[in-house]
Amino acid sequence: MAVLVIAEHDNASLKQDTAKVVAAAKAIGGDIHLLVAGQDCKAAADAAAKLEGVSKVLLADNPAYGAHLADNIGEIILSLSGDYSHILVAASSQGKDILPRVAALLDVAQLSEITKVIDADTFVRPVYAGNAMATVKSLDDKKVATVRASAFDAVAESGSAEVNQLDSVFDAKSSFVSQSLTESARPELGSARVIVSGGRGMGSGENFAMLEALADKLGAAVGASRAAVDAGFVPNDLQVGQTGKIVAPELYIAVGISGAIQHLAGMKDSKVIVAINKDPEAPIFQVADYGLEADLFDVVPKLNELI
Amino acid sequence: MKVLVPVKRVVDANVKVRVKADNTGVETANLKMALNPFCEIAVEEAVRLKEAGSASEVVVVSIGPKAAQEQLRTALALGADRAIHIEIDEELVPLSIAKLLKAVQDKEQAQLILLGKQSIDGDNNQTGQMLAALAGMPQATFASEVKLEGETLLVTREVDGGLQTLSMPLPAVVTADLRLNEPRYASLPNIMKAKRKPLETMSVEDLEVTLKQHVQVLEVAAPASRQAGVMVASVEELVDKLKNEAKVI
Repeated sequence: MAVLVIAEHDNASLKQDTAKVVAAAKAIGGDIHLLVAGQDCKAAADAAAKLEGVSKVLLADNPAYGAHLADNIGEIILSLSGDYSHILVAASSQGKDILPRVAALLDVAQLSEITKVIDADTFVRPVYAGNAMATVKSLDDKKVATVRASAFDAVAESGSAEVNQLDSVFDAKSSFVSQSLTESARPELGSARVIVSGGRGMGSGENFAMLEALADKLGAAVGASRAAVDAGFVPNDLQVGQTGKIVAPELYIAVGISGAIQHLAGMKDSKVIVAINKDPEAPIFQVADYGLEADLFDVVPKLNELI
Repeated sequence: MKVLVPVKRVVDANVKVRVKADNTGVETANLKMALNPFCEIAVEEAVRLKEAGSASEVVVVSIGPKAAQEQLRTALALGADRAIHIEIDEELVPLSIAKLLKAVQDKEQAQLILLGKQSIDGDNNQTGQMLAALAGMPQATFASEVKLEGETLLVTREVDGGLQTLSMPLPAVVTADLRLNEPRYASLPNIMKAKRKPLETMSVEDLEVTLKQHVQVLEVAAPASRQAGVMVASVEELVDKLKNEAKVI
């Protein structure tokens, strides 16, 4: 029995999520192989080879894989699948895009966003926006799952696996046109230790500068609720929630966020939650470890001074 | 161009579900049900394509209990032309849904299949991708913009770091993200008109698809509840607690 983990990377560097998915693979047991598919991604493959528990890295380095398109990356995974009992990937936008294609072609069901490995066939995953946890047993011969990275601790970088080149190239029907990525010097939302998030209460995009200043002081990432994204205050890749990113930092500071079910789904596993809101009835206070009922425009500058 | 839009009946997004006392599932009896929000966005986009002259017909399809016909009527009231209901009472995994949709697509031969990116009950985010794989079509998931240029589809996708634009030939599968559009409300005359639009009912047998069981749900439990927190009176107290009690800053 061996587990194939699909590495998450942006061609230049390996994402932290991969080390967390390897942790889930270790919980299943057996040999762990990592697939790094992309363009000019040797550095990511070398970083992957260092992850503890990984015995082999498969590198598919070709311009055809540069944009990580689901239709051809799905094909490489499918071509390798014969050797593996489990195929895992982080539940990132890439992982969610690619893996269901592989599962369908293998005629097996996929388990989405597993948060716990019970045994090689049985996993726990959240449903209904995290309001229920389902323990599910896969009856298929191959287990295909996306892993909620925030539910696992990253493995150490103590390994030294061999890197094997793959020669097969599959072409995609779709083609890459362009991308616009949000530039930020702050840590990534998914892996940040501290997150400062703003909601509709921020009032405007300009006011987010206040949160950014606080985030910089704390070495934190900035997040947002759907209301703040829809109102155009911040770009949508900052959205935390059922349909945005799922995070579990050590400290989550929710500013001007009421705490709708869909937002809570994305952050209620944070270790310490702080809520700053002027509405004492806001549902966010029900999950907050520390709540402060006050006007955020008074609190945030003061926090900035005191920290 | 014909557009096929699969839609799902789910518990309304604003309802907080409770886990059943015997841990076999969640309590859905007597809860408000609705069209899955992402499906609503997919319907809206299809109707807009029709209004722009790009689509000739919008067909909605739902797989589920008899009551799912209410959601099909909702989609018809929003502007879809006709509906197909595949009646089945048990809850299916996305792979089985995708197989049934593939059988519907084989009959309908739509050029574009538009789905929501996920249903808010199962939170699987799989059906569109699986259908694309089974039908051998390219896919564009998490779409925030869809443009048709001749026979080529240009789709802007919401990815983790920002936005990505892909181009693909038709037929193709697109799954809608929240920011694709703002769905309209159905007007009363349109709701009345929707009652007379064609709604065809089929069974799984009619589609000649054999389904198998892929997963077994052993238990559904309530998530661990958080310990009640404390309210602090001032910013100073908050900073003090974070530094000395929680030790997180």
